[in-house]
Amino acid sequence: MDIRGFCSGLRYAMPIMLGYFPVGFAYGVLAVKAGLSPFWAGMMSFFVYAGSAQFIAVGMLVAGASVPAIVLVTFVVNLRHLLMSAALTPFVRTWGVPAQAWFAFELTDESFAMNLGRFSTRGAFKPETFGMNFFAHITWVTAGVLGAAFGSTGSNLEAFGLDFALAGMFVALLLPWLRTQRGLAAALVAGGLSLALAEGMGGQRLHVLVAAVAGATVACLLPEKAPAKEQDTEHTNA
Amino acid sequence: MPDILLLIAGMTLVTYLPRWLPMLLLSSRPLPGWLTRWLSMVAPAIFGALLAPALFLAHTGEPGTASYARDYSYLIAAVPAFAAGWYFRSFLATIAAGMGAMALLRFFSF
Repeated sequence: MDIRGFCSGLRYAMPIMLGYFPVGFAYGVLAVKAGLSPFWAGMMSFFVYAGSAQFIAVGMLVAGASVPAIVLVTFVVNLRHLLMSAALTPFVRTWGVPAQAWFAFELTDESFAMNLGRFSTRGAFKPETFGMNFFAHITWVTAGVLGAAFGSTGSNLEAFGLDFALAGMFVALLLPWLRTQRGLAAALVAGGLSLALAEGMGGQRLHVLVAAVAGATVACLLPEKAPAKEQDTEHTNA
Repeated sequence: MPDILLLIAGMTLVTYLPRWLPMLLLSSRPLPGWLTRWLSMVAPAIFGALLAPALFLAHTGEPGTASYARDYSYLIAAVPAFAAGWYFRSFLATIAAGMGAMALLRFFSF
């Protein structure tokens, strides 16, 4: 085990950890209100590890929904990961099944974004990847348990701008793409469509999947530009 | 608590399969060129699809209560974040500018 490589993942996990802590904590607070003990709240954070689905699940528990109903909604909400898993595949295809299986277990919107950014600039360095994923995951679980054990609805962790950490991370990871014509097209089409569909699709986050598929497709249909103009090839040739 | 165990097991399964199956199935065969090209455009598309509603449709408070309202602070904080990132081409500068702006907004509105 390459401990130094593993620990270097902490650097990349930092913005995710900053963002996960207040959100994971808030989930824990709500989980208690839904009747979960801190132990089970933490188990859900460890095994499910998907923020929006966990929030919806505890909300549905409060409303008295059945287990199959919650599982079905969770499935729909998390279908967007299909696309992220597929997009990461070219970088991890030589890893072997066990490493891929664990890597996939820790795939979230945020770990996808950060890993894809790292992979296309630094390469898919395994220890660093697992380190980054570990620190993000452990933060999510710890925050959930702490929220469940000590939190109240009055807790305000939104101070200090922490709640912008994840949005800021997505802005930072998106920016290099906006300098390329295709990347800009993909982001604009997907962003616009996602906005248009977000409130009409029942809040199940399916709009993310639909919009992203449309955005990527439109970008691919654009004519290839002569490579002489701008030099951002490291991103377009991912 | 068999119910909660069942719930977590079910949620884990339906969350894990979409995370893992594409990787498992696509790794074992060579990908056609068009698919590789398409997959390389998935990243900016997903970032856009996640970010746009997070910035434009943010709300504060709990749904169904009087405190529930549109929250434009994400959108406002995104402006310095984009500007800093575009100018400095730096990951940290982007996040720092956004978080700084957010902290100021929170400080002056609460």
